[in-house]
Amino acid sequence: MARRGTKRDFGMDLSTWSGSNRAMSGTVNETGNFDEMWGRDGALRAPYERFQSWFDGEDPKNLRAKQREAEELFRLTGITFNVYGRAEAEERLIPFDIIPRIISGREWQRLSRGIEQRVRAINAFLHDIYHRQEIIRAGRIPQEMIARNDAFLPQMIGVAPPGGIYTHIVGIDLVRTNDDDFFVLEDNARTPSGVSYMLENRETMLQMFPELFSRNRVQPVQNYPRMLRQSLAACAPSGSGGRPCVAVLTPGIYNSAYFEHAFLADQMGVELVEGHDLRVVDGRVAMRTTRGYKPIDVLYRRVDDDFLDALNFNPDSALGVPGIMDVYRAGGITIANAPGTGIADDKAIYSYMPEIVEFYTGERPILKNVPTWRCSEPEALTYVLDHLDELVVKEVHGSGGYGMLIGPAASKKELAAFRRKLRARPGHYIAQPTLSLSTVPIFTNKGLAPRHVDLRPFVLVSPEGINITPGGLTRVALKKGSLVVNSSQGGGTKDTWVLED
Amino acid sequence: MLGKTANGLFWMYRYLERAENISRLVETGQRIALTRLGSSDEEWESVLQTAGVAAGFHAAHDSLAKDTAIDWMLRAKENPSSVLTSIMAARQNARLVRTALTHEVWEATNATYMTACTALARKVSERDLPQTLRTVRQQTALVRGATHGTMLRNDIYDFARIGTFLERADNTARILDVKYYVLLPSVMAVGSSIDNVQWETILRSVSARGGFRMEYGDSIDPRDIAQFLILDKRMPRSLAFCIGKLRDNLGYLASNYGTRPQSWALVDHIERGYLSFDIDAVLDYGLHEYIQKVLSLLSELGAQIEIDYRFYE
Amino acid sequence: MDHDPMPMRLFIRHTTRYTFDTPASHGLQQLRKTPKSTHHQQVLHWRTDVQGGRREVAFEDHHNNVVELISFEREAEGIVIVSEGEVEVGDNHGIVGRHIGPAPLWLYRRATDRTRAGAGCRALIREVAGETELDRLHALREVIARAITFEIGASLSDWSAEDALAAGRGVCQDHTHVFLACAREMGFPARYVSGYLMLDDRVEQDAAHAWAEAHVDGLGWVGFDVSNGISPDMRYVRVATGLDYGEAAPVTGLTIGGGGERLSVQIEVAQQ
Repeated sequence: MARRGTKRDFGMDLSTWSGSNRAMSGTVNETGNFDEMWGRDGALRAPYERFQSWFDGEDPKNLRAKQREAEELFRLTGITFNVYGRAEAEERLIPFDIIPRIISGREWQRLSRGIEQRVRAINAFLHDIYHRQEIIRAGRIPQEMIARNDAFLPQMIGVAPPGGIYTHIVGIDLVRTNDDDFFVLEDNARTPSGVSYMLENRETMLQMFPELFSRNRVQPVQNYPRMLRQSLAACAPSGSGGRPCVAVLTPGIYNSAYFEHAFLADQMGVELVEGHDLRVVDGRVAMRTTRGYKPIDVLYRRVDDDFLDALNFNPDSALGVPGIMDVYRAGGITIANAPGTGIADDKAIYSYMPEIVEFYTGERPILKNVPTWRCSEPEALTYVLDHLDELVVKEVHGSGGYGMLIGPAASKKELAAFRRKLRARPGHYIAQPTLSLSTVPIFTNKGLAPRHVDLRPFVLVSPEGINITPGGLTRVALKKGSLVVNSSQGGGTKDTWVLED
Repeated sequence: MLGKTANGLFWMYRYLERAENISRLVETGQRIALTRLGSSDEEWESVLQTAGVAAGFHAAHDSLAKDTAIDWMLRAKENPSSVLTSIMAARQNARLVRTALTHEVWEATNATYMTACTALARKVSERDLPQTLRTVRQQTALVRGATHGTMLRNDIYDFARIGTFLERADNTARILDVKYYVLLPSVMAVGSSIDNVQWETILRSVSARGGFRMEYGDSIDPRDIAQFLILDKRMPRSLAFCIGKLRDNLGYLASNYGTRPQSWALVDHIERGYLSFDIDAVLDYGLHEYIQKVLSLLSELGAQIEIDYRFYE
Repeated sequence: MDHDPMPMRLFIRHTTRYTFDTPASHGLQQLRKTPKSTHHQQVLHWRTDVQGGRREVAFEDHHNNVVELISFEREAEGIVIVSEGEVEVGDNHGIVGRHIGPAPLWLYRRATDRTRAGAGCRALIREVAGETELDRLHALREVIARAITFEIGASLSDWSAEDALAAGRGVCQDHTHVFLACAREMGFPARYVSGYLMLDDRVEQDAAHAWAEAHVDGLGWVGFDVSNGISPDMRYVRVATGLDYGEAAPVTGLTIGGGGERLSVQIEVAQQ
């Protein structure tokens, strides 16, 4: 799939979840690591106090049984992901760890302010980049960062999406290094996935440990599907009437994230459609029902841009709806997220996010970016070449990940080989320092044990405002010391709690 | 509802019904083989035919033997109507229409699939066969129970029922098609004990032995069997019963949608033209010709439903 | 050539006829057949009629073209699209003027699959000489005309610039693609123009015409017609622009199901 910056769906196909290729920016110094339960010095942190007293009173044997029970529940419900490229049979569970990750209300408040600021900036950036491009005129982003970028979609130039919203659903991947230090690892502005796991994880915890929820006041996540539907409906094209018709577009039952697509459609009470259910009828995109064609106002699509419209994009795609872009440009449908949003979560653009946030909000960014050296800049290149053994070097474009180097883990030979690559094509690479990532406890046969995590909060954007579900999806590297949160490489998920202060 | 969803529901329930019917045929075949002296593998030929899987079997095998026939019907991945592939197809369709199903129905279907995958993971030994078949039927019964107990009586339910009864009518008609000659009045004159076995086979194939005995006692008259399986509206696998249900459900759809599509007219025609007479009229028409006609009408009905409710376009 | 200083009034009728051998289940046609008024061409009136299909939507794309989407159903045995109207054209010596957008000028530096410069294009560029940018672009036009003989029916509609150069033959589309590939390689923003040309000796034209425009600092967009060896004059009506043929074609279609289709095009351009 040599595509316009294709990003795989949550799909658990490793490329999205960090994995060896994306890793959480490097390796970690195991000693003096920040643990979200025990801090740096082994003193129990406040958000975990009530959990700790509960846990001490539990028999590990019972907990092990609960862990198995959870897995059976997931399997029966069919919360599985498909392994790419295989017709069927290959359905896997994502391991679930029963120990919740707990964030205090105060911590969350600050985080969510930062997320909101970032998401506003991303939408403003997208509008600007597909209209007057003031940020380029102002010299804050070099023109070639956009002009040479495959994720820039010319068909979106001059298009005004209904409600002015480009990214209706955003997932911001965060890592933590300290009490107050969160870094954005990646913005997901196309079709971020994983939200069904956030919801099912909570559902499972509520069923298995109701008493934990009476001891702790955990902010609810369950109304996400309702909020999603409201948020999407609020972005309907003008003239859609009081109750806009919303539908979810899936590539089909063999897609790795099909479960999530069906889950969200079901929870929202809307139709789950595939390309062959849809057609342009009377100037609208309409779905074939048992009673004829019915127009759709808002399409939450889980199909990549390139496959969305065989008439306007990839002519070989059977996953999308031919002519949908024509209807979209004529104002007859809302596509969520808008086509072309990939330009905002591109790796090359990532390094400009601090400038982008400042340019459009007039404020200092609340959330930090991982410091990034753009090797295209001579000074940065010199620094990177001098400190290669301390840095993580990534390819700017493409999700292949073949061109990645983790400096501290690389051999002398690998370092030398990579130096040659960097000198030959500096513009293809960025470099980042290794961060000392936080750990949280997981449940093992020997009791609690620390493991590295990241966090993907889910954000909804509509003309009525920005809604951030408290918490998000915590992905955890189940192997000791590992930074790979990817499910097929020993990654799992956890319920994420934000406490009511 | 999406046309695709109606299609998915229709096939999900067809395949569940098929899995159950095939497992019943295997059970019948095994029963006959065990109780009949000097039985040959010939009987399995007719079981394969009744199941509608004989052609595929012979394409894949040089000769017919009991264990290969059973395996073909139970597990063969190359056989699109084996119990296992039917259950897989039912579940695949259930995934497709998951938003139309209740949680309970989905879980029961998924559990059926998981159970079948385990029970049919490898060749089933003769000793395990009864238990395996029982498990399959219990599981599909759970799906049916969840369907009855939790699904709204709306168009979703109608398409589920239409799939069920079209498959069941087709199955009963096929059994009659393969065995019609033992039900002809002329056979009675022969009155051999072999025919007793044949009659019993037919009744077992549709789980109707007990019901038949309740109605007709111990004396077996092929004319009564034909009457029972074709025209008796109390017998849940008879043609009259299935087509009556099809007519009901197509009728609910028609009034719900405020339309009178061609499929409605067709099922009405089938019921009035072929199931409103007594068995003598059927025998006069010619039993074989009659069954053939009903089979072709059923297939026409399926095709018309596809068109009327926009399954594909 | 001696031109009338008064604007020229052209009557145009463009008929596209598709006949389907076996009916398609569904199909779409994207039309770019509506000229716009600009400072040197004034559209007096214009209409497009569609028989056998339905007009679904209309919008302006990122090249500022008027786009109409037409659909047709299973029953359709064919579609007839007739565009006709009158356009008044003034002479501008091929200069179209400053860039308006909405697409930024840099977009027209992008190569497409059909206009990617390879060894053939780079060899042509080495032959190009000239004092000014304009001179060099005219020189490029001449170099291409020598390299590719104009021959109707010699090329396929999906040929790239390099395909045409390798064959040494082609039509206006191929000339234009090679010009775009080379001009962009030389650093000029450049775009494909589809439109009409009134040939002086006839009313019935063989085909719709195509030529290129390159952006020259100080002048703005300037037209170059490789096939006719000139810059466009009063006989040229601009209809649509894009990065290559695919974005400026009068009709782009997609058919689901169905067998073959036959296309016939009839174009009349006459001076009123």
